[in-house]
Amino acid sequence: MLGYVIRRILIMIPTLLAISVITFVIIQLPPGDYLTTLVNEMQSRGESMDQGRMAMLRETYGLDRPMHEQYALWLAGMLRGDFGYSFEYNLPVADVVGDRLSLTAIVSFATILFIWVVSFPIGIYSATRQYSLGDYVLTFLGFLGLATPSFLLALVMLYFANVWFGTSIGGLMDPRYIGQPWSWGKAMSVFEHMWIPVIVIGTAGTAAMIRRLRANLLDELHKPYVVTARAKGLPPGRALVKYPLRVALNPFVSDIGNLLPQVVSGAAIVSVVMSLPTTGPMLLQALRSQDMYLAGSFLMFLAVLTVIGVFLSDLALAALDPRIRLSGGASR
Amino acid sequence: MSALPTQTPLPHTVDTAPWDPDEVERLSPEQERFTTASQWRMVWWKLRRHKLAVASGIVLLLLYASTLVSEVLAPYAVDSRNSHFIHAPPQTVHLFHEGQFVGPFVYGYSYRLDMEILKREYTPDPAKVQPIRFFCRGDRYEFWGLVESDWHLACPADGGTLFLMGTDRLGRDLLSRMIYGTRISLTIGLIGVAVSFVLGIVIGGIAGYYGGWVDNLIQRLIEIIRSFPELPLWMALSAALPVTWNPIFIYFGITVILGLLEWTGLARAVRSKLLALREEDFTTAAQLMGASPARIIGRHLLPSFMSHLIASATLAIPGMILGETALSFLGLGLRPPITSWGVLLTEAQNINVVALYPWLMLPVLPVIVTVLSFNFLGDGLRDAADPYR
Repeated sequence: MLGYVIRRILIMIPTLLAISVITFVIIQLPPGDYLTTLVNEMQSRGESMDQGRMAMLRETYGLDRPMHEQYALWLAGMLRGDFGYSFEYNLPVADVVGDRLSLTAIVSFATILFIWVVSFPIGIYSATRQYSLGDYVLTFLGFLGLATPSFLLALVMLYFANVWFGTSIGGLMDPRYIGQPWSWGKAMSVFEHMWIPVIVIGTAGTAAMIRRLRANLLDELHKPYVVTARAKGLPPGRALVKYPLRVALNPFVSDIGNLLPQVVSGAAIVSVVMSLPTTGPMLLQALRSQDMYLAGSFLMFLAVLTVIGVFLSDLALAALDPRIRLSGGASR
Repeated sequence: MSALPTQTPLPHTVDTAPWDPDEVERLSPEQERFTTASQWRMVWWKLRRHKLAVASGIVLLLLYASTLVSEVLAPYAVDSRNSHFIHAPPQTVHLFHEGQFVGPFVYGYSYRLDMEILKREYTPDPAKVQPIRFFCRGDRYEFWGLVESDWHLACPADGGTLFLMGTDRLGRDLLSRMIYGTRISLTIGLIGVAVSFVLGIVIGGIAGYYGGWVDNLIQRLIEIIRSFPELPLWMALSAALPVTWNPIFIYFGITVILGLLEWTGLARAVRSKLLALREEDFTTAAQLMGASPARIIGRHLLPSFMSHLIASATLAIPGMILGETALSFLGLGLRPPITSWGVLLTEAQNINVVALYPWLMLPVLPVIVTVLSFNFLGDGLRDAADPYR
């Protein structure tokens, strides 16, 4: 197991490096650099920047150096916890990002929990009662969930939550709790606001997970050992839960790798619509105003979050399934 | 052991008739047709049995056909404004007026401004019977930007209105705009998938055929690209498109961005199929005869799993259509004056829209129908892709 963990961590390092290269390229894509944007910004406000200060800034950020050195500086800065400077907020990126990232992580985690809790019983039901009316209805609903753009679903649910339950629109808590210390009421308010984004973000993932669990379980149920177990008179419930279900459950863990990027993506757009205090709206704003260091850091954070999530799921899978632990290969 | 009876050998005869292997069991023309059918014909036979896939295919064909004649189908031109009918709700088509058959017609709107809440109120006025005209002359348009014309399939009555899906904040007919938007929204998926198809075949083909470290490198690359959350990456790339670009360039830029990130799934499919097929005897035979790798891949391997590829490509299109919708909705994708379903949905960005003008969300219907159809068709194609099973 330890060998597997070490191997897995060693694979992660080049992955993260490659991600940082891609992010850096994206940061550099818009014409001009951070300083020209800053100068333009100041000119539009009628201010000007003297040459000395500009040269100084250019020096600090290493903008006069060749591209690969700039990349090295940026990377080294990130390792020290310096993610560059957001000219829109006039603050270091690390200060702007603050707890938005943790909220994103919480929403993503809650969504994945939701996907598991919902798709588990439905997947089993669909597989054990294949081609029944319930199976067809659920499959159709799943397809519909895959096909509906999440942002519109979010709008409609937000509206009905307001009309039916009186939930305040937008945000992750009632406005009166913002800036207050954590209390029971605040936690309840967060919970009350959380379920809509969680359902909306989770819909597509749930539909995909149900289909996968159903297909896996069906494969497993047709194998001879299940027939033998039935023939020997094992109660149906036991013949389902004892072995086939355990085997079919692997995707629940291994699929986090596919699920997590999807959930983070969905969270980005849904939180824009619902103005959640997560990374989504800020990323969009940063992209619109071409605040590229901020946007790049967000992109980097989201990708790192995903890579770490996949890493954890691989570890969990290795703990569950000795075949992976021993051969060292990924199972996806 | 008893000795064999000695006999004179039978005279040696040779049948001069041409040899026919089917002599014993004659195939009926029906069976003949079946056994000699090409792979594509068999795929088609198998697909035909999948009713839902066929229905979806027909829906998609109709949608794509409509993009050829959008201008004629739409009752109004794409940006003709009706300043008297801002945010008018959809009108319903009636057939009977006071128990009498009139043919398809709509009741005209009488308009009142609620001074208390400043809300425009439109009520159908039973006195205004406005029969829909067919094959008629209406708004002027340029057919495909080339030929000027004013011929429509259906138009409002003279002096009347025909807003079957309501109007937006500038009084433009939503139905007409949706019909025009079909052209952009549907082609963006096709071009994007073409880009990713080429990338997927080339890169996946190289990985699968050569194997070894090349394969390893490409596999890692695919894993890295897949570990990026798709939408934020799309957002970042399309935000980097220069604002000064002409809308057509932006359109192609977006399709290329969508295609650039979607090829990974196709490349994986190509690779796994190639890995299996390159062990087959016919590949060895081709190699022994001195065929080049490009020829083996292109001439022998690709055709044998093309049907699988087409199925995967079909399943990749809906993701792109949804991606375009999301990007345009966020204002990072296509921008007016280009009209796509996503651009139309930007009007429905506000929660007030759900409460006051819910019909502005109608452009989501074609999105759902298209995505569902592509999914069903793709599922059917995937089942039919291997007709020998």
